[in-house]
Amino acid sequence: MGIVNHKKTDLHGMTVHTIETKKYKTTSFILQIKEAINEKNVTKRALLAYVLQSGTKDFPSSKDLRSALDDLYGATLNADLSKKGENQVISIRMEVANEKFLSNSEPVLDKAFHLLSQVLLAPAVENGVFKEGIVKKEKRSLKQQIESIYDDKMRYANKRLLEEMYESEPYRLNVYGNEDEVDGITSKDLYDYYQEVVRNDKVDLYVIGDISTDEMLEKVKKHFHFSKDHHEKEEQASTAKDEKRISDIKEIFEEQDVQQGKLHMGYRTYTTYGDPDYFALQVFNGIFGGFSHSKLFMNVREKESLAYYAASRFESHKGAVFVMSGIETGNYEKAVKIIKEQHEEIKNGNITDAEFDQTKAMINNQVLETIDHPIGLSEVLYHNVVAGTNRSIEDWMEGINSVTKEDVVKVAEKVKLDTIFFLKGAATNGNENV
Amino acid sequence: MGMKTFDQLDETLHFEELQNGLKVYVLEKKGFNKTYATFTTHYGSVDNHFKPLGKNEDVKVPDGIAHFLEHKLFEKEHGDVFQDFSKQGASANAFTTFNRTAYLFSTTGDVKKNLTTLIDFVQEPYFTEKTVEKEKGIIGQEIRMYDDNPDWRVYFGLIENMYHHHPVKIDIAGTEKSIAKITKDDLYECYETFYHPSNMILFIVGPVNAEDILNFVKENQSQKSFKEKAPIERFFDEEPATVAKEKKIIEMTVQTPKCYMGYKEAAPNRKGKELMRHELCVNLLLEMMFGKSSPNYETLYEEGLIDQTFSFDYTEENGFGFSMLGGDTQSPDEFVERISGMVESFKDQPIAEESFERARKKKIGAFLRSLNSPEFIANQFTRYAFNEMDLFDVIPVFESLKVSDVEEVLQNHFKKEALTVCQVRKKKS
Repeated sequence: MGIVNHKKTDLHGMTVHTIETKKYKTTSFILQIKEAINEKNVTKRALLAYVLQSGTKDFPSSKDLRSALDDLYGATLNADLSKKGENQVISIRMEVANEKFLSNSEPVLDKAFHLLSQVLLAPAVENGVFKEGIVKKEKRSLKQQIESIYDDKMRYANKRLLEEMYESEPYRLNVYGNEDEVDGITSKDLYDYYQEVVRNDKVDLYVIGDISTDEMLEKVKKHFHFSKDHHEKEEQASTAKDEKRISDIKEIFEEQDVQQGKLHMGYRTYTTYGDPDYFALQVFNGIFGGFSHSKLFMNVREKESLAYYAASRFESHKGAVFVMSGIETGNYEKAVKIIKEQHEEIKNGNITDAEFDQTKAMINNQVLETIDHPIGLSEVLYHNVVAGTNRSIEDWMEGINSVTKEDVVKVAEKVKLDTIFFLKGAATNGNENV
Repeated sequence: MGMKTFDQLDETLHFEELQNGLKVYVLEKKGFNKTYATFTTHYGSVDNHFKPLGKNEDVKVPDGIAHFLEHKLFEKEHGDVFQDFSKQGASANAFTTFNRTAYLFSTTGDVKKNLTTLIDFVQEPYFTEKTVEKEKGIIGQEIRMYDDNPDWRVYFGLIENMYHHHPVKIDIAGTEKSIAKITKDDLYECYETFYHPSNMILFIVGPVNAEDILNFVKENQSQKSFKEKAPIERFFDEEPATVAKEKKIIEMTVQTPKCYMGYKEAAPNRKGKELMRHELCVNLLLEMMFGKSSPNYETLYEEGLIDQTFSFDYTEENGFGFSMLGGDTQSPDEFVERISGMVESFKDQPIAEESFERARKKKIGAFLRSLNSPEFIANQFTRYAFNEMDLFDVIPVFESLKVSDVEEVLQNHFKKEALTVCQVRKKKS
């Protein structure tokens, strides 16, 4: 047994991952449902996630379902979407108090298990399709959610960067779909699509807490009944290689009435989770902009006082590094120049021992901290499903430890700037009146 | 060393008040990788008018100074303390609220080394004119980032509406103009007054040995000398029960309007168990009235007046207190009309035992869930302790509440004349 006691069992058309631990006061269930992101289904899939969490056969309205959850000592249920590489993943998460901590220990676990299975497999249906009322409400809510991206300028700039950088690749798609497609989706379209999802998608269930694996597998057998013809689609998009070569750096400017300019830069790395130089790229990103000792923070913020934040983030499955910083509009040229220089510094091997060792220590620290949280733990383990690998936490940490400076330099040379998106400030924002 | 066990929660808290007045708490969390520590002073953005330690005259300091001080404490003669943590495999951070400034780290590596760094950097200030000036550019960008954030603007706008005088209405980071005035001497004056160990709490949670850690901290503190502890004199102007402004509209570059509404608490001066009971009562009421399983939530969602962003909360501390409800909405005025109407009709009906029980169960479950998080435990425990409450009393207090308790709070807190509204709307071009 390693740092994490993780067992995997294929059962009833899904992979059940059990993690036995006494760390938590709750038991967590996480369903991950994966499909390659595509233009045809992206909006439907986003809508589906919200419709599923709004009612079941037994609790056919959001109010009924929420009351049932409250009665289970405030069990939480939420559905959410994320993009992992070129996959659009629906996550349905439920967390329920461990009976042992309740003064009148009620048997909440079995009920919770049943409820979760119903959310996925027995939704609220009327006349053979999803209940009209639920679909209507969730369509309105989804549209508002897509619109609100515009209101958060950091998210907006990030979305625009992806649209420009991946113009002709599925990765450009927003995980919540396209606003103008929402209205056109009928309850029938959505239900047809739902049936495809339960028939074809790869489903992983994580159960984390003070549990016994055997008992959980029994519960899966009892509660989860997929249709007989459940089979996963053969080809998944996750391992698609980034083939695009960059000729010119694309520079896109947009102007809005904001106080602070948002600078977002996208790099292609040609390395993803399953590749041998993946760990070197993690270390590269850490030296570049992953931490508060990184080159971006030290130079853009501490040395030049240009920004409050200047950081980079690595998307493991698409193999991209994204830089973001909030700066004064007039400082655009200066900030871009400094950021490019930091990349050059790493290419030239200008990495101090301190920087290098700190980065590795911080990455491993981050992983260990992440797995202290049940959701964090499930996300770390799910990387293996997305990438088709089988790495333990120990392998991961060992991988980081064995990276050399030469490895980092080599991978830095592969990293290429593709697109810069800059949201410029115009006038003043926020005029008050009564 | 003191010890308190919470059998139902399977937790044991170790604590000690040191000779210099510092209160140290250690919670052992077996099975976790991470140790999380916070070093917090009972000093925040509202403490802008006080008598400096050892002086006779009171002073008023520039807006945003507590937050500025938080930034500057990280800089030392040898460089940036962030780097020291990072070298030791820890990530450090800090934050400033209305009433607290907290410095923290988390690590899966050497706890004692990082604990020494945390305590020492907070207890050894190093401010120079040059470094103070440099920080103004960075904090200026932080202020602008918040200025562009509609959620922050609507939240803060609501608080501004509520208060005539109380400094909770001042933005925590100040303004670019107010921070321009800050000098190193101002920082030292605030520091000397508010960073005395007797005004601070150190909380450590993780896979540690409590006795060992307590002794280690004691040893560190015994090597330093501090001035005699003296009570801190803070000054607040008399705050009327009425709201300062009933409604404000802020225009911004947004697509979806936002609306927050809040009820100002008339007598926000509770402490200890009384405060805890009151906070929990208002939060239970909000849950019963507008929680996801309530008929009101269903109606509002169906009418398209709220979406997933809808939330509510009650907070009270030291002379200010308010409940707030809000989120994104296409019809901000109707939102206010419907919700305030629902509050009024809720006040006219007796509270159903069933809905009370359901809300209580939900809240207890949510509390247990939060105890999975070392961050929650350390930060909330400290906040509660500064207000003379004990975080681990939450479940027993919840269990002791009766319908009649919340009935009373319902009538007293949710008063029509205590209501104020703030909206962010799409800027007309």
